[in-house]
Amino acid sequence: MQELFPYLLNGVSVGGQYALIAIGYTLVYGILRLINFAHGDVFMVAGLVMVYSTTSMPIYLAIPLVLVATVALGFTIERVAYKPLRTAPRMSVMISAIGVSYLIQNLAFYITGGVPQPVSNPIPWISDNVVLFGASTKRVTLITPFLTIFLVIALVYLINNTKIGMAMRAAAKDFETAQLMGIKINSVISMTFVIGSFLAAVGSMLYFTNYPSVAITSGGMPGLKAFVAAVFGGIGSIPGAVVGAFIIGLCEEIIKGLGYTTFSDAFTFALLIVVLCVKPTGLFGEKVTDKV
Amino acid sequence: MLKIENLHVAYGGIQALRGISLEVPDGKIVTLIGANGAGKSTTLRTISGLVKAASGSISWNGEELLGKPIDKIVTSGIAMSPEGRRVFPDMTVLENLKIGAYLRKDKAEIEKDIQWVYSLFPRLEERHWQLAGTLSGGEQQMLAVGRALMSRPKLMMLDEPSLGLAPLVVQDIFSIIREINRQGVTVLLVEQNANMALKIADQAYVLETGNITMSGTGAELLVNEKVREAYLGKNG
Repeated sequence: MQELFPYLLNGVSVGGQYALIAIGYTLVYGILRLINFAHGDVFMVAGLVMVYSTTSMPIYLAIPLVLVATVALGFTIERVAYKPLRTAPRMSVMISAIGVSYLIQNLAFYITGGVPQPVSNPIPWISDNVVLFGASTKRVTLITPFLTIFLVIALVYLINNTKIGMAMRAAAKDFETAQLMGIKINSVISMTFVIGSFLAAVGSMLYFTNYPSVAITSGGMPGLKAFVAAVFGGIGSIPGAVVGAFIIGLCEEIIKGLGYTTFSDAFTFALLIVVLCVKPTGLFGEKVTDKV
Repeated sequence: MLKIENLHVAYGGIQALRGISLEVPDGKIVTLIGANGAGKSTTLRTISGLVKAASGSISWNGEELLGKPIDKIVTSGIAMSPEGRRVFPDMTVLENLKIGAYLRKDKAEIEKDIQWVYSLFPRLEERHWQLAGTLSGGEQQMLAVGRALMSRPKLMMLDEPSLGLAPLVVQDIFSIIREINRQGVTVLLVEQNANMALKIADQAYVLETGNITMSGTGAELLVNEKVREAYLGKNG
């Protein structure tokens, strides 16, 4: 147990980071029934922006810049690549999402020259080493789960108690009727991309603080894991995505702790297959009802 | 007054409306009857802005509605209770009513209107905390009507409010429609239950495959031979 403790700490932290990404997948799916394949790349771009901004300006400007730039990117992707396809078959939108994913990676390649950008102590305080019950770790590991839970609670409050939240719930259930209430569907969809990208930006800063560099493909694995977490928890459900992400983060690190690091990724997907065999809608998933 | 002139609507290659013209005078109940697929719902959906028209005009108190975004049409005083009720099943009755007032900012007045809807439908007040998906069909229809009323419409469009409801519940709904009209709301009613609809209508139109084939007062059509044969059942 003593040897496993640092892994558990890491697991909760990685889980929190996955959760912040997974919410972006699940929110967008809830409203558009679209798997936003570009979401992992948005996460990667946030990491790059962090690397560039923290080395060229003070931290109190750099962090807001990462958040604003990432949100702007998510918003723009929706307006340019998804909105024109609103009445197109879902498959077309999905292809568009895949295209955006590669476009972002190519642009990132162009800007970075394909060289992984080193991350060196971008946000000083959170990368300090701390010792907890004999386990040494970075402060970010301890902060992540709390920050994640705080943001999730804020988001759930927003969705359940504000007007825009009500509009989001209505649109997720029934586009047409929501429009009949006077809800502007496009604003609601933009809002989900803004929220999703904001959370991915936070997750990205926490995640890459723990990594030596950001490469153009760095969004791939965490993006995929977060997506698995969202499906695992029941895609469309926010609590599902969060619980799924923490479970996956923990399992992954426990496997590493047991000495099977090589198989930790494969395990994630094996877990997904098992869950989907037993409960196809995921842990908190609703029955799939197609929109009319 | 709502005035539709020579309205054409096409859906994926099919001509749903082939140049219909009709009028809905202020303060009246106007009904549109016809068989399944005649274009009744399409007419309402075009007025509300959900469906784009190919040509023609829909003027509302002198203002052209075609081409306007849906939320502007709602703000101009037109609300719809859609076919199949379409209440938000995961929201409470109260939330469903509040979302009906989505575009309004006058909080105190919204509160008053919720009480007004409760006075029309006491059942909704009893169940205000219940999820709309757990209501019976009749209660859901009341909620759909109440929700539409929450935007304080001058014109209320009702698409098949009697669909799938027991005869007694249908009578309830229709007496409420009359009551709403008495309180000054103009009503445009689409119904397959032609008998009930014609009885409360001041003016009625018969729609057949995208064309208006007959019109008159509700009482006139109720005794019209052709209407009786086609929509009321010969002995009905």
